[in-house]
Amino acid sequence: MKKDTSHINSLENEAIYIMREVAAQFEKPVLLFSGGKDSITLVRLAVKAFYPAKVPFPLMHIDTGHNFPETIEFRDRLCKELGLELIVRNVQDSINEGKVKEESGRYASRNMLQTTTLLDALEEFKFDAAIGGARRDEEKARAKERIFSVRDDFGQWDEKNQRPELFDMLNGDIDHGQNVRVFPISNWTELDVWSFIERETIEIPSIYFAHKRRVFLRDGMIWSAEDGIVYRDDNEEVIEEMVRFRTVGDMSCTAAVLSEASTIIKVVEEIRDSTISERGARIDDKRSESAMEKRKQQGYF
Amino acid sequence: MEVLKIATAGSVDDGKSTLIGRILYDTKSLTTDKLEAIEKTSKQRGYDYLDFSLATDGLVAEREQGITIDVAHIYFSTKKKSYIIADTPGHVEYTRNMVTGASTSQASIILIDARKGVIEQTNRHFFINNLLRIKDVVVAINKMDLVDYSEDIYNKIKADFSELMSKRDYQDQKITFIPVSALKGDNVVNKSDKMPWYKGDALLEHLEQLDKADIFNVGTPRFPVQYVIRPKTEDFHDYRGYAGKVYGGDLSVGDDIMVLPSKTRSKIKAIYFYDEKYETASRRSSVTITLENDINVSRGDMIVKEGDSPTIDKQFTANVCWMDSDQLTAGGKYIVQHGINKVLAKVDRINHKINPDYSGFEKDVTGLAINDIASVTFKLNKPIFYDQFKDHRTNGSFILIDPQSNNTVGAGFIQ
Repeated sequence: MKKDTSHINSLENEAIYIMREVAAQFEKPVLLFSGGKDSITLVRLAVKAFYPAKVPFPLMHIDTGHNFPETIEFRDRLCKELGLELIVRNVQDSINEGKVKEESGRYASRNMLQTTTLLDALEEFKFDAAIGGARRDEEKARAKERIFSVRDDFGQWDEKNQRPELFDMLNGDIDHGQNVRVFPISNWTELDVWSFIERETIEIPSIYFAHKRRVFLRDGMIWSAEDGIVYRDDNEEVIEEMVRFRTVGDMSCTAAVLSEASTIIKVVEEIRDSTISERGARIDDKRSESAMEKRKQQGYF
Repeated sequence: MEVLKIATAGSVDDGKSTLIGRILYDTKSLTTDKLEAIEKTSKQRGYDYLDFSLATDGLVAEREQGITIDVAHIYFSTKKKSYIIADTPGHVEYTRNMVTGASTSQASIILIDARKGVIEQTNRHFFINNLLRIKDVVVAINKMDLVDYSEDIYNKIKADFSELMSKRDYQDQKITFIPVSALKGDNVVNKSDKMPWYKGDALLEHLEQLDKADIFNVGTPRFPVQYVIRPKTEDFHDYRGYAGKVYGGDLSVGDDIMVLPSKTRSKIKAIYFYDEKYETASRRSSVTITLENDINVSRGDMIVKEGDSPTIDKQFTANVCWMDSDQLTAGGKYIVQHGINKVLAKVDRINHKINPDYSGFEKDVTGLAINDIASVTFKLNKPIFYDQFKDHRTNGSFILIDPQSNNTVGAGFIQ
């Protein structure tokens, strides 16, 4: 059966158009790279948008120090293979400098802390546009996000006063000191991203596929048992399960799902049949109903 | 699979968010965790039914006030189509968001509360849908459960609405009336047995049957150059590619073209998408084009077929929808962003204000307030290459930017 990918084509055309607008409208753009499937998709789209020239902006990773080792290894290899410039800034440095304080307790995570490191890095390099892989279908506050989303001098999102976006026209005019977050795959769903990865045969980190892992159960979720990074009570017993990750954030805020899906085709099938949303496995979103909106206002991705 | 973008319009409490929530629920597009969150919150608030609007109202202020403030995009798919719904706010002051949502949609749903009938807001919603030349409009008469599923009430509203239709400018717009109850699920995804007098389709059945109503399939090819690709590498030493998106119609290798504004003539040598060559670039595709001659082309220039030039002028008249709290005034200076081109513009004159409730025009207007719609003539500091909006959706529209605040303060449709 010939696969009909016209839907993906139109999303791809839109994203490439956005990438080119970023390169044309801004002086110093950067692509925020996390090593997750969405930012890997962005890299592929950027490569396609400017071929045969090089991608005209660097990649930047805000490393929490709690990333899955598989992700870091993958990141370095990808940048080397594609000849892309990579900037890394560490949350650990922000902690050492006393700018942020490590959370403590059972639910300690560095997810919130990375906002400070990100904002500092944007200022350090004077980046005026930061491309991110957020999608509107992920979460209801993100459903309100623009493609060009203006942030003030403090990196904050004024959700009630967003610029209208009409037709294809993207207004990237800003004052000195402001910056714009750009979301080229705003209109993609999780399934679209996977279908694209499958069609383009893009390599992704191994943790997206089913593998045996040491895990423990808490609040009905499967947590990765990483000693020294994820806090665990004595009575929280470590077991070994076949799992995979649907979204890849920090080890301390990303829950695994039981899965036997070991190939992209099987992953796509699994997502198509799934009754749980992608961010249902994000521990950081469970804090409250407006957890994402609050983080976004403060300058989160 | 097709993609259908739909905008929704309705006044506060007409039940837009509930309707969308209902569609998501009945098409089994709500995942278990999202559904559980809705059940939990509905129960907390003491409702005896599930409040589906909780699925789409994403901001704290929206949930507190129970209204939609900003456009939310909702995604779901059936076996036949992929849908993107722009859930747009009903408040008068948020009309700008409605224009925004409608600007990228192929179809729209206007909601009417069966108890209230056609109100001033309905006129405005219909006016905007007609102004933006949305091809298919569904008038969903909601809350039929609260009027005992009365055929008389449905017919009365239909008659009132038909009166509006006679006044519309874009007469070819297709309009379909459907009586629904979003709360109870009547005629939304499934046909209701409560209204045997209604012989038409349920809302989703209707949407499923819409032809690929491609709003962009009008006019002739326009190729605004977005970015010049010059790799300057050994393998691509003399390569000079023009990257952009094709609008209106297709472009093919060998086509005789003209570059605007210089009117230099050339031929299309090759069309690339990434590392593959194509004979034809179809509309809406983001390609890179090379030309036979080594001519000077830069961002903002436009490639068109020879003998098919748009209007090239330093002046134009347009219907403007004003979106800013500061007034637009005669003599005021703005940036016109037409496609990717930005030029300085001055308001030459406000010709007349158009009352969006179809009550006529207002002459001698000195300024436009937020949500006003008016015919405005602009003078530009350099020419743009435009078509009329009725002939070319993309090349006939623009946005206005305030050079002081950098904000997008208006949208216009060239006459």
